[in-house]
Amino acid sequence: MTPEIHSSTPQVPALSVRDISIAFGGLVAVDAVSFDVPRGEIFSIIGPNGAGKTTLFNVVSGMYRSNAGTVRIDGVDVSRLLPFRLARAGLARTFQNMQIFPAMTAVENVMVGCARAETTSLWADLLYLPTVQRQNARSRAKALELLERLQLSHHADTPAAELSYGSLKRLEIARALATEPRLLLLDEPVAGCNAVETDEIVQIVKALSGDRLSVVLIEHDMKMVMHLSHRVLVLHQGKVLAEGSPDEMRRNPKVIEAYLGVHADEVAHAKR
Amino acid sequence: MAIGRWWINRMSQFLQIFLSGMTVGAVYAMVAIGYTLIYAASDVVNFAQGEFVMLGGMLTWFMLGHGLSLFVAAALAVVVTVAIGVLLQKLAIEQAREASVVALIVITLGASNFLRGAAGLAFDKDTHSIPEFSGNEPIDVWGATVLPQSLWVLGVTCVMFVALWIFLNRTLIGKAMRAVATNRSASQLVGIDVKFILLLAFGISAALGAIGGILVAPITLTRYNLGAALALKGFAAAILGGLGNPLGAVVGGLALGVLEAIAAGYVSSAYKDGAAFFVLIAALLFMPSGLLGAKSVERV
Amino acid sequence: MKRDIGASIVSAVPAAEVQRWWRNRELLAVLFVPAVILLLPLAFTSNYSIRVLALIWIMGLAAIGLHIVLGLAGQVSLGHAGFFGLGAYACAVLPKHFDVPPLAAVLAGTAASAVLAWIVGRPILRLKGHHLAVATLGIALVIGLVLANEARWTGGPDGTAVIRLRFGDQVLAKPMVWYWISGGVLVFGNAVAFALRRSPTGRAWRAILDSETAAASLGVDVARRKLQAFVIAAVYASVAGSALALMNGFVTPDVASLMTSIELVAMVVLGGSSTPIGAIAGAALLTASPQIFASFHMFQEIAIGLVVMFSMTYLPRGLIPALGRLLERIGRR
Repeated sequence: MTPEIHSSTPQVPALSVRDISIAFGGLVAVDAVSFDVPRGEIFSIIGPNGAGKTTLFNVVSGMYRSNAGTVRIDGVDVSRLLPFRLARAGLARTFQNMQIFPAMTAVENVMVGCARAETTSLWADLLYLPTVQRQNARSRAKALELLERLQLSHHADTPAAELSYGSLKRLEIARALATEPRLLLLDEPVAGCNAVETDEIVQIVKALSGDRLSVVLIEHDMKMVMHLSHRVLVLHQGKVLAEGSPDEMRRNPKVIEAYLGVHADEVAHAKR
Repeated sequence: MAIGRWWINRMSQFLQIFLSGMTVGAVYAMVAIGYTLIYAASDVVNFAQGEFVMLGGMLTWFMLGHGLSLFVAAALAVVVTVAIGVLLQKLAIEQAREASVVALIVITLGASNFLRGAAGLAFDKDTHSIPEFSGNEPIDVWGATVLPQSLWVLGVTCVMFVALWIFLNRTLIGKAMRAVATNRSASQLVGIDVKFILLLAFGISAALGAIGGILVAPITLTRYNLGAALALKGFAAAILGGLGNPLGAVVGGLALGVLEAIAAGYVSSAYKDGAAFFVLIAALLFMPSGLLGAKSVERV
Repeated sequence: MKRDIGASIVSAVPAAEVQRWWRNRELLAVLFVPAVILLLPLAFTSNYSIRVLALIWIMGLAAIGLHIVLGLAGQVSLGHAGFFGLGAYACAVLPKHFDVPPLAAVLAGTAASAVLAWIVGRPILRLKGHHLAVATLGIALVIGLVLANEARWTGGPDGTAVIRLRFGDQVLAKPMVWYWISGGVLVFGNAVAFALRRSPTGRAWRAILDSETAAASLGVDVARRKLQAFVIAAVYASVAGSALALMNGFVTPDVASLMTSIELVAMVVLGGSSTPIGAIAGAALLTASPQIFASFHMFQEIAIGLVVMFSMTYLPRGLIPALGRLLERIGRR
């Protein structure tokens, strides 16, 4: 059953993770991780490769089941929900290795994101009733609007397989946004992007968060993380190493030693 | 003491069923190993595998009819089947570069059709037999009668399996094949000739299939269209054991043979094929990696 | 693995025009089928060829069903012939042994196929790829076994006669009659397939084909959608099977055989699994070829095998997309 998520008071975190652990065979990927994401904020999770960041995302988004602990969205326990129910509860995500739909055009990709709002029955669909036609038009309009926002309008009817890497990264975000989420998980949205593409996405993400949308971000690009985030969580070998504001992380000796050592001066020079 | 005799009868009956099941299962195992080798090396499920078994038996029968001795006929049959297997890989599968999983399945299905039709034309559509290797005096084993040919089947299957194990684990080429199965691009980068390995995989699978066909033809007879049913069961056996694992293929094949024999003996002869499938589907649902397969996690 | 759709548009063409062309394209395809069906009898007049065409419409219908589950939703089903056989035998068994009128038997067969597909589909659609392929093979196998063994009802391996459909006191047996009946049903089935493709259901299916993970993350109930595709495909197959039985006046267990399942898969993949037109084209090719070789019956299996192998090797995405690309290139000059 999809839980009802009501508009909640600002104090209830958009996402609340408690004691999440998961192991694969003998390898502990995530070890008793807990954190809160306040509503409307951009929350970043950083850490070296293999720290368990994507695995954590996979647990939060229902793809993996954690051995213990809870996940709450707007205060409601969603720990045992399947991914598609989580989506219907307001969670959306992008993927580190990009799971776009290559055989569908860009606008069709985004229209799949409108599935949550599309309520026509199978019978209506197979008879191509006017309700379906109207709904198709609405979904397409919404999809085009999102493509516009992410500067992809001119590619609307291009098959996704032909789009550039940077375009695809933005397409995944547009598609995730089509579900009208409350909580958006972005898994390395600028990985492999050049400086121009990265900047475009940074601007887009910055404009995203607000009253109705909270963003959790996994990234390696320190400039982006420091620039965008309200709070940062540092993960190391599956455990929480530190949590705090970007400034605090920049100055935390444990963090610098474990992770930022190489990037310390990059961080020091990152603009706020 | 009557109850004792009842038990002994039951046990003998079960042993009979078990052994005949193992015999048929050994053939399934040969087919299953063929699937596994080819699948592991190239991600292709070769539905023409059953035809290799058919060709072993039919070619041997054909050459016997032309006056060759059993051993020579059998050896030639294996050689010809291997050639056909290699040609299948070279002329069809290797050429289909961008084919999807389904397209490749269809190609091999087409090949199986082609081979079946060609066999029907080149030979005939009747059922044939070839002579047993060492006579047909049944041997008594604890009340069950076993054909000497069954022992041949089981024995040679064991030998083949051990030989395969040695090949894959103790020879350089065998290890190269395992490398290709694990990571094709990396294998190419270290200088392994992937095309050759794939041809080899097909060749070995064809040889195994043909040998299985020759071994079992004296018992179950041979016919131009026995490949289709075998393909199904061999495939089911490979999946039951865990696709990609040769030992799993053997276990799966033997298990399937025994299950089928049990179903035929204790339930209904007509529906024995169905019984095997029910078990298979149950296994797939509860043990998707098969009995011995490795668990895999999808990476996103 | 690169995928280029048969009609991939160069991005130089403005979006609005492209959109219009795409929309018209599908409408064209929907109208193309009835147009062809109406016009062909002008060219083919012999009873024999009309019968072959009627057979093509029937197989095309079954193939469209398979295209929906295989080409749209991406689920490998190698047991499609099982439902085809169920539909055929419903028309053989129910009127003869239970006094059910033939038309009602068609409906009963369809309902039975849908229910069976629903019951069996729920567990086995959790499987993927080869596992799913084997499981679906098993379904058809079991259905075939029942049909061949329960001779009391089904006439066993030799088959049984089928009581024909009647209209008033007219027995519907002539090839021309069945040409129009099966043609009409095909037009409807084709339109429904295109309608589904353009709907949220169709988009959900195509999403599942490309990435189940992403589809689920967007709120698509993947399990339910797969089941829908599977059941709908079974319905198509069952109706087609019923039509075959009623047209021929006879059925044998071959209709549910592995061979038939393979032929159906080959039709879909050969013609192009991404479009209903591909399914019809594949059905036409694989139904007509054996008829052409009818006098050389011995070569039938060889011919089908070769045709399938060569087409799949050199045109792996199927004929219709290849034609589409050809037209593209001609259009651009």
